[in-house]
Amino acid sequence: MMTDNTATFPSVPQRRPVVIENGAIGMLLFVVCEVMMFAGLVSAFNIARAGAGGVWPPMGQPRLPLEETAINTIALLISGVLIAYTAQRFNRAKAVADQTTHRILLAAILLGVFFVGFQGMEWLALLKEGLTLTSSQHGSFFYLIVGMHALHAVGAILFLVICWINARRGKMGKSAFSAACVLWYFVVGVWPFLYLTLYL
Amino acid sequence: MSDSHDHHESHGFMSYAFSTDHKVIGMQYMFTGMAMALIGGFFAYAFRMQLAFPGMDVPLYGIVSSAEYNSLVTNHGTIMIFWVAMPVLIAAFGNFLIPLMIGCDDMVFPRLNRLSYQIFLLSAIVLISSFFVEGGGFGGAWTSYPPLSAKAEYNLTPLGSSLWLLAVALEFVAFLLGGINFITTVMNARAPGMTMDDIPMVIWMIVLASILFMASVGPLIAGAVMLFFDQQLGTAFFDPDRGGDPVLWQHLFWFFGHPEVYVVLLPAMGITADVMCVFARKKLFAYRTVLYTAIGTGVLSFFVWAHHQFISGIDPRMANLFTVTTLLISIPIAEMCFVYIATLYGGSIRLTTPMLWALAFLGEFMIGGVTGIFLGASGSDIYLHDSYFVLAHFHYTFFPIAIIGVFAGITFWYPKMFGKMMNETMGKIHFWGTVIPFNCIFIPLFLLGIGGQHRRIYNYEHFPELAGKSMQDMRVFATVSLCIMLIFQFVFLYNFFASLLKGKEAGKNPWKSNTLEWTTESPPPHGNWKELPNCYRGPYEYSVEGREEDYWPQNIPDDEPAGGAA
Ligand SMILES: [Cu+2]
Repeated sequence: MMTDNTATFPSVPQRRPVVIENGAIGMLLFVVCEVMMFAGLVSAFNIARAGAGGVWPPMGQPRLPLEETAINTIALLISGVLIAYTAQRFNRAKAVADQTTHRILLAAILLGVFFVGFQGMEWLALLKEGLTLTSSQHGSFFYLIVGMHALHAVGAILFLVICWINARRGKMGKSAFSAACVLWYFVVGVWPFLYLTLYL
Repeated sequence: MSDSHDHHESHGFMSYAFSTDHKVIGMQYMFTGMAMALIGGFFAYAFRMQLAFPGMDVPLYGIVSSAEYNSLVTNHGTIMIFWVAMPVLIAAFGNFLIPLMIGCDDMVFPRLNRLSYQIFLLSAIVLISSFFVEGGGFGGAWTSYPPLSAKAEYNLTPLGSSLWLLAVALEFVAFLLGGINFITTVMNARAPGMTMDDIPMVIWMIVLASILFMASVGPLIAGAVMLFFDQQLGTAFFDPDRGGDPVLWQHLFWFFGHPEVYVVLLPAMGITADVMCVFARKKLFAYRTVLYTAIGTGVLSFFVWAHHQFISGIDPRMANLFTVTTLLISIPIAEMCFVYIATLYGGSIRLTTPMLWALAFLGEFMIGGVTGIFLGASGSDIYLHDSYFVLAHFHYTFFPIAIIGVFAGITFWYPKMFGKMMNETMGKIHFWGTVIPFNCIFIPLFLLGIGGQHRRIYNYEHFPELAGKSMQDMRVFATVSLCIMLIFQFVFLYNFFASLLKGKEAGKNPWKSNTLEWTTESPPPHGNWKELPNCYRGPYEYSVEGREEDYWPQNIPDDEPAGGAA
């Protein structure tokens, strides 16, 4: 019943030259909203930290693993570069069927999965050390902000996986892939700021 | 092109409910918004009756308890802003008008569009269900300040407050999806030949409003998640006892809350611009000035939010700064009003129902704008803060936007939406029966506010200095005026539905208007046009010298003889 009206897509005939793909514009707008959301979270964190009077992390709360997370950060950044490279290769004519491009895309996705998995392990370790959502403002903000980022990362990875499957079948939409790229650039690009704000 | 149009023409309920047609989704938004407006209006009736006649057994409602009073006030505000003004002004008009006015057959993301409405409907259901859970609906005001909103032992609505928050969050998701669709569609799907200067003002305004919404809502989403965590997971983001900061919420909320005023104002401004040009038979005065002014207002609106915290304990130097930005923002808005008056000047004005609404919008909104100056100045705000003066000011801005502007739009595009004309006599009765009582409601409330009447009080009998006879008389006068205004809305509802059945046939272009939506049938078929139109000129070429007809539709090539469109 639901497929009735959607069977005939795409229904909008393109009647003017497209400068930016629909998917990319749409996702860019979404990213604007999400950037502002993280800006809100980070400024809230900074206000709370400033209000704590110089003792940060608060007494009795563990320090965040700055060094280990640096490895993770680099993995994520490499993934972003690989996606940019994939997008460039797809943009060249007929490259959608290219096996090497598919492998690069897969490598980028796996690096993203590594990032989320590593972060999850870090959470488990911190929970054991006594940093929980309600243990202090420090813990609340850490889990809230990193959790929000992880949510975006998982969403973007799923989106990229769908693109990868479609690319291997040879029917990947340009608009959808451009949207997935924009979302992944956002996930990669916002992380260093969050990392420096929260861990330092 | 015709082969991409073999849409299934099934007319069952399911195909209507799950349609991806922008016109159907626009109508769904409009009717849901109208239904919510009835609920919001009824709430206002119930709590105004309590204020005028304390302890009275209110007809159709019953006795209003103090907890119910708080919930009614809170949800009246929430509903009118988030479930009436936003869905009708942006989503309903945006969905219906954008593809029709820019000359394409649908939104670029039709399924996203359908999802947007479904999430919106879900949000409305969640909100309504929150009235019936244990403890009743949330009563901590539409601004939901913590710690009152964060702690169940303060607000006594453990479930109601979280459901309220969830409903608002869902509603934001719906508008986010809608806004993404609107902007992308206008960028990539305009008719060939339509330049930036040829886009009708109402479309520009809806696009700018969507951008404003998307740029401002992020911090509130952040705040809403934090508040939800405080309510349900025991965090203390806003709890001062455990290192949190309740004023932080006010900043996050009003960073969105103030631009939100312009999110709803701009579409109403756009509707009136289009209506005025058609019924003054004149070109919009200074098209680009209006556009740039609107953009400037949008940018400035991000730097005024702290005028809501003048007495929340912020640094007085910061208050000074925000006084300056707040007073500055009245300049572009005043400029727009002057431009509209210049558009009217020398025109051949036809006082049809939509034109009356458009003119009333301008007049009433200016009262709202001028009274805002007293609140934007931090000195006078110390006295007026949280009084009925604020309330009356706010309603003098929002009522013109959400009610008067919407009526201008509905009465103007009704022929296009349904193919029938509304009854003019009933339209005018409804107009005067709404606008006169509106002023009778809120002018007394200005006076009461200056007299020191504080907001959010259940029964003024408990406050000797506010319980005097002259003050109570004004409350009764306002409430009676409200009842009269609500009764006159039935004239509109009757006119709306009776005209569907027995209204005069509208034809393609009953108002002799230029914009593209008037070049197709009324109501437009699925796919909007048999052959999609091209655009050759701006939207406001009225009374052009040397032409036989006083209008020049956008889709007529320059060399075609005059009046070839109708
Ligand atoms: Cu404001």
